[in-house]
Amino acid sequence: MLKRVIAWVDERVDLSDVRNFIAHKTVPIHTQEVWYYLGGMTLFLFAVQVVTGILLLLYYRPSAAEAYESVQFIVSQVEFGWLIRNIHSWSANLLVGLAFAHFMSVFLLKSYRKPREMTWVTGILLLFLMLGFGFSGYLLPWNELSFFATKVGTGIAGSIPLAGKFLLRLLRGGDDVTGATLSRFYAVHVAVLPALTTVLVAGHLLLVQRQGMSLPLAIERRVKAGEPLREMRFFPNYVMRDVLAWYIALALLAALAAFYPWELGKKADPFAPVPVGIRPEWYFLAMFHTLKLLPSHILGLEGERLGVFAFGLAAALLVLVPFLDRRANRGESSPLFTIVAVLGLIYFVTFTIIGRYAK
Amino acid sequence: MTVRSEIPMRPGPAIDRRTFLDTLLTVGFVSTAAAIVYPVSRYLVPPATGEPATASVVASTLAALKPNSGLLFKFGNKPGIVIRTAEGEVRAFSAVCTHLDCTVQFKTDTAQLWCPCHNGLYDVGGNVVSGPPPRSLERFVVNLRGEAGAEDIVVSRGSS
Repeated sequence: MLKRVIAWVDERVDLSDVRNFIAHKTVPIHTQEVWYYLGGMTLFLFAVQVVTGILLLLYYRPSAAEAYESVQFIVSQVEFGWLIRNIHSWSANLLVGLAFAHFMSVFLLKSYRKPREMTWVTGILLLFLMLGFGFSGYLLPWNELSFFATKVGTGIAGSIPLAGKFLLRLLRGGDDVTGATLSRFYAVHVAVLPALTTVLVAGHLLLVQRQGMSLPLAIERRVKAGEPLREMRFFPNYVMRDVLAWYIALALLAALAAFYPWELGKKADPFAPVPVGIRPEWYFLAMFHTLKLLPSHILGLEGERLGVFAFGLAAALLVLVPFLDRRANRGESSPLFTIVAVLGLIYFVTFTIIGRYAK
Repeated sequence: MTVRSEIPMRPGPAIDRRTFLDTLLTVGFVSTAAAIVYPVSRYLVPPATGEPATASVVASTLAALKPNSGLLFKFGNKPGIVIRTAEGEVRAFSAVCTHLDCTVQFKTDTAQLWCPCHNGLYDVGGNVVSGPPPRSLERFVVNLRGEAGAEDIVVSRGSS
């Protein structure tokens, strides 16, 4: 049946290019190969987010008066609503975690070097988009924790020099976090970010398919010296493994969603006292804690502003890594970038942990 | 002569490695698909909101309903219409057109119940006069309650 459908399409649109491509595509086999699966797993979780997100849209109501109640309705009245919401929340967190791991492995393996600069840039932008998804989605249940976390988060944008006030109003849809903010975050979460992500994912995947997998520098050097490279066929060998990785992600997701329900908390009340232990999602904790530690003034400059500026600079530098790392582009090892990556990772992990347990 | 032939090899049922693995994989994929499709299909079915417990409501006051006029009111979560004929008789119907669920209204010029969506016409007894509606409107029971001059129109479902 499937063969006949393919034959029917093939007769009208010549598919031989695609078939040849799949038949001849190979994936290198080496000791660092395990990292290749992270991107695929991230993509799989993104697909899970799209599906569960659309399902949540069927019952969710984006208004300050009804958002919390509609999520409550989903998790308590709709059959399997708790499952869909838990999967969406857990998948979001696993997705960000896997995207970070994918990013870190690519960084350390220097896979961004020529000719894969564009893959890196689209990847980093996708990572930022995922953080945007996390930040905007966090507010949607309109509970106490997310309400105040959004107040703080958008407040940070307000401390940016010159454009701060404008950005703050743009993000919040007014001077304060209100129902108007919820409408904006909703629009961004379900329309703007998905559209941007679709384009970038398509570009990212096209580049990966077109250029094939990058080899770690050390192995590439040995191959250039004449050592034979072991390879496996993309289809079915590699695809089979990829699907297995998805299965593992799915199993983990289902177990987490079933046994660790995501709390809904109390409905947001702008006039209630801020609850103790207000903190953002884990992936913003390191930044959140850093800003907390900064003194109010550093060298006559506002500490908060300096911190936000530093993060902005770090983000910009991250995008530019393939253009800065000249040594890797020449196929030489670049220990400086390895050290920076490792230090960055250590900073991120320790500050996330401290941020989690700090008062 | 080899010793191997001492143990007779019986040709068992012909299941080769490929068939075995194919079956295993198919069962695996189908079960996964079922485990996803079942909760999602249950999720898509909206939970029952429950029939409105109210069997009767106060639609209006008699004073507010002039002869040869009609008023829409809320009966549970559906619209109802209470009308007063030119002779002064009060009647109540479900305002849900039996054709395609539009809301009917009272036409004062012809003293008929009219559905503007597809020009369905009912008489003041709720019976179809013309247009596409297949059945007459569901009729409710009307009771007047309270002192003379300040009566409430109480509408209830079913026979009394």
